[in-house]
Amino acid sequence: MTAPVLLSVEDVAVDLPTPRGNLRAVDHVDLEVAAGRTLGIVGESGCGKTMLSRAILQLLPKRAKLAGRVLFDGQDLLRLGSSALRKLRARSLAVVFQDPMTSLNPVLTIGTQLIETLMEHLVIDLAAARARSIALLAEVGIPAPEQRLMQYPHELSGGMRQRVALAIALSCEPKLLIADEPTTALDVTIQAQILDLLAREQRRRHMAMILITHDLGIVAGRTDEVAVMYAGRVVERAPTQALFKSMRMPYTQALLAAIPKLDAPPHAPLPAISGRPPDPTRPLEGCSFSPRCRYAAARCQREKPVLREAEEAEHHYACFNPLKITAGLSA
Amino acid sequence: MMHGVAQALPRDPLLKVENLVVEYAVGAKTIHAVSDVSLEIARGETLGLVGESGCGKSTLGRAILQLRPADSGRVVFDGCELTALRGEALRKMRRRIQLIFQDPIASLNPRRQIGDIVAEPLAIAGHRDDKKRQALVEEMLGAVGLDPAIVTGRLPHEFSGGQCQRISIARALVLNPEFIVCDEPVSALDVSIRAQILNLLEEMKARFGLTLLFIAHDLAVVKAVSDRVAVMYLGRFCEVGPSEQLFANPAHPYTALLIEAIPVPDPDVRPAERVRVGEPPSPIAPPSGCRFRTRCVRADKRCSEEVPELREIAPNRHVACHHPLM
Amino acid sequence: MATLELRIREDVTVRSRRLGLLFWLAIGWIILIFAVAILADVLPFPSPTDMDMLEKRAPFSTEHWLGTDGLGRDELARLVFGARSSLLVGLCAPVIGVVIGGALGMLAGYFRGRFEALLVGSADVLLAFPPLILALAITAYLGQSILNLTLILGVLGVPAFMRVARAATLALSRREFVIAAQALGATHARILLRELLPNVVLPLTAFFLVGVAITVVAEGALSFLGLGVPPPTPSWGSMIGEGRESLDIAPRLAFLPAITMFLSVLSFNLVGDTLRALTDPRQGAL
Repeated sequence: MTAPVLLSVEDVAVDLPTPRGNLRAVDHVDLEVAAGRTLGIVGESGCGKTMLSRAILQLLPKRAKLAGRVLFDGQDLLRLGSSALRKLRARSLAVVFQDPMTSLNPVLTIGTQLIETLMEHLVIDLAAARARSIALLAEVGIPAPEQRLMQYPHELSGGMRQRVALAIALSCEPKLLIADEPTTALDVTIQAQILDLLAREQRRRHMAMILITHDLGIVAGRTDEVAVMYAGRVVERAPTQALFKSMRMPYTQALLAAIPKLDAPPHAPLPAISGRPPDPTRPLEGCSFSPRCRYAAARCQREKPVLREAEEAEHHYACFNPLKITAGLSA
Repeated sequence: MMHGVAQALPRDPLLKVENLVVEYAVGAKTIHAVSDVSLEIARGETLGLVGESGCGKSTLGRAILQLRPADSGRVVFDGCELTALRGEALRKMRRRIQLIFQDPIASLNPRRQIGDIVAEPLAIAGHRDDKKRQALVEEMLGAVGLDPAIVTGRLPHEFSGGQCQRISIARALVLNPEFIVCDEPVSALDVSIRAQILNLLEEMKARFGLTLLFIAHDLAVVKAVSDRVAVMYLGRFCEVGPSEQLFANPAHPYTALLIEAIPVPDPDVRPAERVRVGEPPSPIAPPSGCRFRTRCVRADKRCSEEVPELREIAPNRHVACHHPLM
Repeated sequence: MATLELRIREDVTVRSRRLGLLFWLAIGWIILIFAVAILADVLPFPSPTDMDMLEKRAPFSTEHWLGTDGLGRDELARLVFGARSSLLVGLCAPVIGVVIGGALGMLAGYFRGRFEALLVGSADVLLAFPPLILALAITAYLGQSILNLTLILGVLGVPAFMRVARAATLALSRREFVIAAQALGATHARILLRELLPNVVLPLTAFFLVGVAITVVAEGALSFLGLGVPPPTPSWGSMIGEGRESLDIAPRLAFLPAITMFLSVLSFNLVGDTLRALTDPRQGAL
């Protein structure tokens, strides 16, 4: 990897106190994102991917306890004061969430939200901010942008709202964009358009991106690198091609196999993963996936596997019983 | 008048829907949710109904079950016209047709115990024998993969989405219905749980000889469980045909668009760089003629003037398009 | 096997045990006043109506623990029997409100349409009347008695309960479990009683306790004006009214019933609020 590392997550752990005990949402995660590259974080609900993004953005709930380091552009985000962090937020670090209805303020017009963000973070006046807002809306593919400035979020469709959220996120030219399930709430045809838009904007601005999703299909087509999370840990990390062609984690393979494919014949029984993800307030001693894993051995239940590099460079996995290289894509 | 109906088998379909129209008013405007839809489902068949949000598929499902009044059209179940039934007669028919919902936790009463919830259909149907009721409930819970001893005394909020869906399925099956409408039953579930529930549905279908209408927006999920598939857009059917054929060779441009838009979990398959096809129009003012024409690259003048009817272009393949792909 | 599905949100980490010291003190006070009100007859208090003209406005003593009022009657006894009147009205009137208002509200929220419009309209009309004036007018017409007072305050409370019940029913009727019951062929009665009622009971109960607090104050106000509980039966409100004349000589005659009423109303409010807070997050999460 010749591109410089923009974001480095080092040994981050997030703990949440709950009435049922301590909840370890993120369990010692290491990640890197280089400038201009897209990292996909994939996992099911409860795997910790959202908490991880909140940890990076320092948007965790007040009771959460955070450990580790998050180095962004040389600075440790976890040690920054709130005003320095605020300055960093729009200018260098932006985020797009899943539900644009809740991430946009429903009682402010689109124009107000865009212009406010621009004026707060860039030193420009109202007229310039307004002109820029119109240009931004046009860039993200919103027709008739001048009219949109006057509209409220509820007057727009879901896809449009997400474009607006994206425009606001991109308004101050961030170096890193974190997209947390940006298309999960959208129809598949709109989803394709939004993902295209994200890819285009990323290329144009040479922006780094973290794409968080549960959809392996999105990850396959839109990311350079993938980190698979399960029960708060990264269990496999590799360049996208390598992950799908030579996956090592039984979980990744099982997840891929469990997705219905369009080229499979109807009524073929799906190889489902039995059981359920573990209760995060009662972590297991050994590998979190072992109760559901086909290849689980005695060692898997006693010891927790650590992320270690495979023979191929940059392919890391955490398993005592990894798949053989010939496994690859399952039908 | 029923031309262009997607025919299942030449005789004795279990469910027949004829020219169903459902519209509802929102303020001064009217939403044309379902516009003149006709279909047939044979006994033992699974018909998949696929479309994006706002296409009316859920409304169609509810209208078939008479949970939502239709403005015109008929629904005939096993020879009996459901749309003409009222009161007690309709309630009795309901025992033969059931519904499974998208949100598994919301479909269970948060203040009632699971045993109670699954026994409710039996209580409504008038089964007085407590012991037999209990036995049936336990059998059903076991059939869906839950241990009755652990489950019956608890409340829904103690369970995960997947487990709640299993309970929902048990409740739907306890009266041994013939027909079940599954309204997005796995959309709210995790990927790894989806496969479990889909397998369960197939198993239950085989075991109890069910006929299913499976509604979803995910094409691959629909294909996995359906014999035939109907594609819906803005209140109308675009095409209907056997699953395998329909997805291998789509006849309607919308089906082709849907298939192309699906992200495939294979890094060698580049996502198609789509021509801008814009947003779906609103169901309040659907386009004249063919409703898909505003997003269709093949649209011409005829498409804006004439509503395409569902017609048979190949054995068992029906499409509503003036310029089909095959 | 039964585990909570993990949805990481703020409310997961909120402690559900908000039952602090204040709550238990409130419960304690409520139990105390109910106990003495119920057992008033068997407790060794002097009669609240026995006048002792030689001991008017007497200070605290061993014979009269809290002294006597302007007519020589034992203050403590009057407080206790006053509790009885105030709590009787305070409890029974909201019961009328919750039963009638709750039922009407549920029916309105479930069936909707013209029936709902009619009920909501009537409720609005009733709410538009200044309640105390209305109570005044009816009392003047029907005569003063505890029964009339309870009925009036009860009826006046119906619109508020109706609103709570209707709002809860509206929100619940849209949920899938209600549609599921309809799909199973349940009759309307069954759906209302077995599906909706267990869920509506929660917000209604929480509001009921607040309603008790409001009714106690309302009864107090009416009795203060001389239009509530008829003398010589004591009630906290009338005691405050009588104490007005002695404010410069013996302010305790007004303050003692006022403090008692204050503590009681506060306790009901506290318990009602806590109940609402306890039941809401669960409803929200579901």
